[in-house]
Amino acid sequence: MTAAQSYLEQPSPPGRTGWKAWLLTHDHKRLGLMYLWAILFWFVLAAILGLLMRTELMSAGRTIMGPETYSSMFTLHGVIMIFLFGIPAIPAIFGNFFLPIQLGADDVFFPRLNLLSWYLFMFGGGFAVFSLFFGDGFPDTGWTFYVPFSISSSGNVSLTVTAAFILGMSSMLTGLNFVTTFHRMRDKAMGLMKIPLFTWSVYATAWVQILATPVIAITFVLVVLERLLSIGLFEPDKGGDPLLYQHLFWMYSHPAVYIIILPAMGVISEIIPTFSHKSIFGYKAIVYSSLAIAIAGSLVWAHHMYTSGMSDVSVFVFSLLTFLVAIPSAVKVFSWVSTMYKGSIEMSPPFFLTLCFIYLFTVGGLTGLVIGAAGTDIHVHDTHFVVAHFHFVMLGGTGFAFFAALHYWWPKMFGVMYRNRPAYIGAVSAAVGFIFHFVPMLILGMQGMPRRYYDYLPQYETGNFLAGFGAYLLVFGLLLMLLNLVLSLRGPRTAPANPWGGATLEWSVPSPPPVENFTDPPNIKDFPYDFSEIVGNSKK
Amino acid sequence: MTTRIDTAGARIGMWIFLYSEIILFGGLFVLYAVYFYDYPELFAKGGKELNRIIGSLNTVVLLVSSFTVAASIAAIQRGRKGQAMTFLAFSIFCGLVFVVNKYFEWGAKIRHDIYPNSATLQDGEPGLNIFFGLYYVITGLHGLHVIIGMALLTVSLVLVMRDRITASRYVVLENSGLYWHLVDLIWIFVFPLFYLVL
Repeated sequence: MTAAQSYLEQPSPPGRTGWKAWLLTHDHKRLGLMYLWAILFWFVLAAILGLLMRTELMSAGRTIMGPETYSSMFTLHGVIMIFLFGIPAIPAIFGNFFLPIQLGADDVFFPRLNLLSWYLFMFGGGFAVFSLFFGDGFPDTGWTFYVPFSISSSGNVSLTVTAAFILGMSSMLTGLNFVTTFHRMRDKAMGLMKIPLFTWSVYATAWVQILATPVIAITFVLVVLERLLSIGLFEPDKGGDPLLYQHLFWMYSHPAVYIIILPAMGVISEIIPTFSHKSIFGYKAIVYSSLAIAIAGSLVWAHHMYTSGMSDVSVFVFSLLTFLVAIPSAVKVFSWVSTMYKGSIEMSPPFFLTLCFIYLFTVGGLTGLVIGAAGTDIHVHDTHFVVAHFHFVMLGGTGFAFFAALHYWWPKMFGVMYRNRPAYIGAVSAAVGFIFHFVPMLILGMQGMPRRYYDYLPQYETGNFLAGFGAYLLVFGLLLMLLNLVLSLRGPRTAPANPWGGATLEWSVPSPPPVENFTDPPNIKDFPYDFSEIVGNSKK
Repeated sequence: MTTRIDTAGARIGMWIFLYSEIILFGGLFVLYAVYFYDYPELFAKGGKELNRIIGSLNTVVLLVSSFTVAASIAAIQRGRKGQAMTFLAFSIFCGLVFVVNKYFEWGAKIRHDIYPNSATLQDGEPGLNIFFGLYYVITGLHGLHVIIGMALLTVSLVLVMRDRITASRYVVLENSGLYWHLVDLIWIFVFPLFYLVL
């Protein structure tokens, strides 16, 4: 493969040169990379914010910042991590890059809309940065922007929720693109039950992106209108009900966390068969469970509101539905473990990170049951137990899956192999640091330490102090992995087409792929995880 | 990159986008439903203060404009470029009539001190404040979508004029038409909820 023939050298549409070849590209692979650099920037920024917050909490009273700054910090950390990392990361980077290739297509259905999605993403992020420096400072409401505080607060709430609105548009249009691509651009030989599980997961996610995002759009429009016009739709004095805001907000934001986790599960479903050299166990069960999570996950939003004053009947119904949503997730965990059983296991950095995912996500899911059960939730609502829970699933889950995807697909995207040792050291540091950071929070939460509090009672100091050490180890591990990956780009482009022995279509094209993805028509197997050829070749 | 025109795919994309618009307004209708349950008599009282004649006129205007948009698509399918352009222009004009009517309606209310955070609404019944708050938000957002629809139809009109939309390639016109039909459909829900509350 000569250097001139990959998508990194050849622009699409052809003929563009220089910066225009990237900023005006239609190529889904280039867009995936453009998202990658932006999203890594946001992730590192928000991680550092988290580190600063936890440093502040390491000792009681003021440590390095004042209370207003702390409130803005957790708001900013949440806004960035959710809207600029969690929701877009895996779909916009790896979905964009690999969904078309896994389907045997040459691009997404609407390439120019794809480019627009990227611009909306960058514009929304820019808007969020702009709102940091404007007027009375960044909002201190938390990323949940609850009324009435978000209406009356002096911070730049309107600008920030507008940024989130723009980011939502980006997310929605990406979902639209993926659904249309999935239905119209599959290779003719690829029936629904031959589609790789990563693509299935991105497809299920795309539907949630399409249907749930408009709800947050209208919610944030209403926040801006209330701030500007004081209509009173959420104010009791004027006839409004603040609980309606919470319902509307969570009607999106709960499905949003399924947008965050479903693609991550798709990544895991790819990596485990490859490094077990064995077909996935329960392919259909995983497909149906992805769709079930997308649907059922849209019905449970008010489990964030058990203590808000809504009726006991509502509490009961949402608690029951929340328990039901756990079932398809468990189906996946059992399928993954069953895949490994009697497989020929080969350790690698992406596989190690995947194993971390399975453990951390399971813990996160189990703690979710404690919160999902209305009775026990009363005790831990709005405590650090909740903070630990969602970090277990969103960082231990999606975060680690994101790093696993990076390490799995990096050779394909860039044609380089990274060094394994720093990857393992970083992964172990991150995993150990994660546990030392968030397990104390589970305990602190059960002991009653509230979340989003700048200060705390003296009995919580030891736990917070120890948790701080975990934070530094965690961030060190994450940064080491990223540094290792970035430095690998200086090396020679010698990665083979299939370094891991993967069975899906992206491993049948060169590393990095040519601009048109497939120079020869793709060979669609009867089953996407058919390792017989690869295992047969390895025996020669 | 192979260029192929897959009109089914283009339509799928447009329908998906329309679902998202329906959900956007759906959030507002959820608010309406909850508040109607809370304040049924006051919603009826507010509804009586709205002008049913202008509301009905607007309904007819939008329905007619939806028909003429569909007629323009039928015309272009038969290669009748001039006819298509005439129908499109008429639809855009209907949209303008709608927006102008809305301007007069709102103006009248504002002159009677009925607008968000006005003294009359603040001092009056909270339920009435909610009714008119929802009225302004929903009809305002709908009006914005009428304007967007008019822009899309104008773009289609220009493309027809320039022979970029033809009898063999008219999916852009179809999709613009779909958007316009959605705008019409949303009004069909808005009209009874606000003007015909009994």
